[in-house]
Amino acid sequence: MTIIYMLLAISVTVAVLFFIVFIISVKKGQYDDTYTPSVRMLFEDEVIKEVSTDKPQTKNDNQ
Amino acid sequence: MAQCYHCGDPCDDKEIKHKDKSFCCQGCATVFDILHESDLSYYYDLESTPGISPGEVDGKFDFLDNESIAEKLLEFHDGDIKIVSFLIPSIHCSSCIWVLENLQKLNAGVRTSQVDFPKKTVRITYASEEVSLKELVTLLARLGYEPYISLENADQKKKQVNRTLIYQLGIAGFAFGNVMFLSFPEYFQVEEFWLDRFKHLFRWLMFAYSVPVVFYSAKDYFISAYKGLRSKILNIDVPIALGILVLFLRSTLEIVMDWGTGFFDSLTGLVFFLLVGKFFQQKTYSYLSFERDYKSYFPIAITRIKEDHSEEQVPIYEVLPGDRLLVRNKELLPVDAILLKGDALIDYSFVTGEAVPVHKDSGDKLFAGGRQEGGIIEVQAMKGVEQSYLTQLWSNEVFSTNKQHLFQSLTDRISKNFTIGVLSLAFLATLFWLVVDPSKAFQVFTAVLIVACPCAIALASPFTLGNLLRIFGKQQLYLKESYIIEQMAQVDTVVFDKTGTITTHQKSKIIYEGIPLTEEESAVLTSSLRASNHPLSRALYDLLNKNNITTLDSFEEVTGKGILATHKNRQLKIGAASFVEAQKESLEETNETSVYVSSNDGYKGRYVFQNTYRKGLMEVFQELGKDKKLVILSGDNDGERERLQMILPKHAVMLFEQKPDDKLQYIKNLQKSGKKVMMVGDGLNDAGALAQSDVGIVISENVNVFSPACDGILDASRFQNLTDFFQISKKGMKIIKWSFVLSLIYNLIGLSFAVSGNLSPVVAAILMPLSSISIVVFTTVATYFIGKKLAKKETL
Repeated sequence: MTIIYMLLAISVTVAVLFFIVFIISVKKGQYDDTYTPSVRMLFEDEVIKEVSTDKPQTKNDNQ
Repeated sequence: MAQCYHCGDPCDDKEIKHKDKSFCCQGCATVFDILHESDLSYYYDLESTPGISPGEVDGKFDFLDNESIAEKLLEFHDGDIKIVSFLIPSIHCSSCIWVLENLQKLNAGVRTSQVDFPKKTVRITYASEEVSLKELVTLLARLGYEPYISLENADQKKKQVNRTLIYQLGIAGFAFGNVMFLSFPEYFQVEEFWLDRFKHLFRWLMFAYSVPVVFYSAKDYFISAYKGLRSKILNIDVPIALGILVLFLRSTLEIVMDWGTGFFDSLTGLVFFLLVGKFFQQKTYSYLSFERDYKSYFPIAITRIKEDHSEEQVPIYEVLPGDRLLVRNKELLPVDAILLKGDALIDYSFVTGEAVPVHKDSGDKLFAGGRQEGGIIEVQAMKGVEQSYLTQLWSNEVFSTNKQHLFQSLTDRISKNFTIGVLSLAFLATLFWLVVDPSKAFQVFTAVLIVACPCAIALASPFTLGNLLRIFGKQQLYLKESYIIEQMAQVDTVVFDKTGTITTHQKSKIIYEGIPLTEEESAVLTSSLRASNHPLSRALYDLLNKNNITTLDSFEEVTGKGILATHKNRQLKIGAASFVEAQKESLEETNETSVYVSSNDGYKGRYVFQNTYRKGLMEVFQELGKDKKLVILSGDNDGERERLQMILPKHAVMLFEQKPDDKLQYIKNLQKSGKKVMMVGDGLNDAGALAQSDVGIVISENVNVFSPACDGILDASRFQNLTDFFQISKKGMKIIKWSFVLSLIYNLIGLSFAVSGNLSPVVAAILMPLSSISIVVFTTVATYFIGKKLAKKETL
């Protein structure tokens, strides 16, 4: 049953790891603007689609 | 009618057909061309008619050529690479985000650009070798995304974003989850070999998790409680801080002495829930600023005329008394000055409340804050920016006091009695047990303090008011902070400004009094009005029939007086009463704004401009008048007194020609006589009154443009809902009171456990979150119904 020491150690390490990642993400400003990224992520695909159907020759220029 | 492909406005009579699309103006068509040529037509695919019609750009941003001004706007620069952030009020949809983040396709000098939609800002990194700041701003303005640059930008210091609450919440949540997990085995108190072996380890781990929660996440409660005690106020944070402290100390003692498992789960849960409530209450309108003073209204720079008659752009703070300044059409006068040259027609509506622009002759004194309407004028500065008539208002102490500190909320009032009650109960129970069974006395004492921790009471108000804040926001009343709702419920006097507040900015109503004009006369009239730049001419022209434009034989505009126009042998005089020289008896000088007309020296009649009052004004006045005192405090003259009298309830007070400082004093006097005052205003001249009043609400036709510092911004289209907001705030108070009753019931149950010495960790761990959650559910459901009722009323 001493395995529980190891399990505990792992669980605490994982938890603390996630916690550190959280702190870093807040520090980098990820929580400052919670709206714009949700819109931004929808852009890219459409642009490429539009470029590839209308003007396939400019595709490389834009990428 | 065709809709503009770019901005969506109706195209009226001047529709422009361009590439099979309709545009309302040349500006919109140009933006379309720019975007089309740069392969950015996707802009129009994302949303239909996303554009904004661009305004005039020429010469507007010349001041950015001045290096020292441009420097002030920069956020960062390292050699060639510079970063600048702009506030762009016209950002409103995903197309806007997309085009502003693809600026590099329009100008190769732009490296990257990033939009913050909630704040309506764009942060641009660019190479200054390839594109100058002025070119960048001009590009944005040409696209219809004109950055808002004001004096405030020059003053801004590096703003440190405060993320403490997110950290505190994160830590509390993290610890709460882990502690719950670790304390679970002991909830069932089974005698088990392995559990016995590991429980000490588990307990110390819980202790380790709790330490940062108590000393970091909950530190604000200790600070606030300490501050409250120091100023002899028992605020709600006192029992909370006491509860947290006792929880922590007793739990630590329990695991040290090996008495039991402690209450770490309740402790971390309590702090977590409290912080969630705090987070919920935070202001949500990051794009609105409630702290603005004249600095965000005034420009950053102005044209100065040097001794050798050359022009230069100087920052406003560098303007000295005696400097000669050049003010162009639509520019703002930043300092008190004397007019030297030019046709000055100053719009003071935002500064004094006068509805109609006033004409000034050279040698006249002009006040800072006025906006020039017409040609270029030359003025001589009399004072620096901060000593001007208007800006001095901000030296009043009312602008430096924090209103919230003075306000005692319902929660604060209850918590005082609550704290006293709990403490005396704790001592009584301890005394009882000291007699009956001294070994239990300590346990009971701490248990009472723990279980009575008013978590639920502390949550009732943040959640109710936080929800109401969002409901108000949906109805376009944007409040600065949630405690304002509580103050709104107590308001018994409502003071209104006139110009721009109860009247609309646009759409003046015009009534014609006199002999009807012949067809020829009205043709000459409209034709000459068309050629004039005077605001009254333009307003009148907009409202007249425009089908019969003729070519005039002669046209002369006498500055500040009127227009003299001839067509064939018909001569028309249009303008001020003295200019038109009509019969004396019909021309009593009234305070009403009017344009007189005479034809071939015979007086015909006059057009009277009337303020248009906001929709539903009468209903609002009647409804509010039932239980509140109403006051009209106007900076304008009393020309509208009679019309207002008809709309207002009998007991209402009307005061005219009030200076900004008079308004402030008037509010102060009302408050001294024990009134709770709400000020409803719109301009800089109301700023003092707004700051002094208990609740200062600004009416705004466009919430994104400047409004003076206030407690809330109400969209002008929702003016008629003002009474609803009062009612809802009162209902909100009722919800909070009921929540108090509910949480007291929970507290009584908990106390019965505590006093009898039976508070086990598992009971605490169930009871405390349960009470918090049921309060949250109750307030959310109750406010949801209020919001729904209001939305339903809206659709009717």
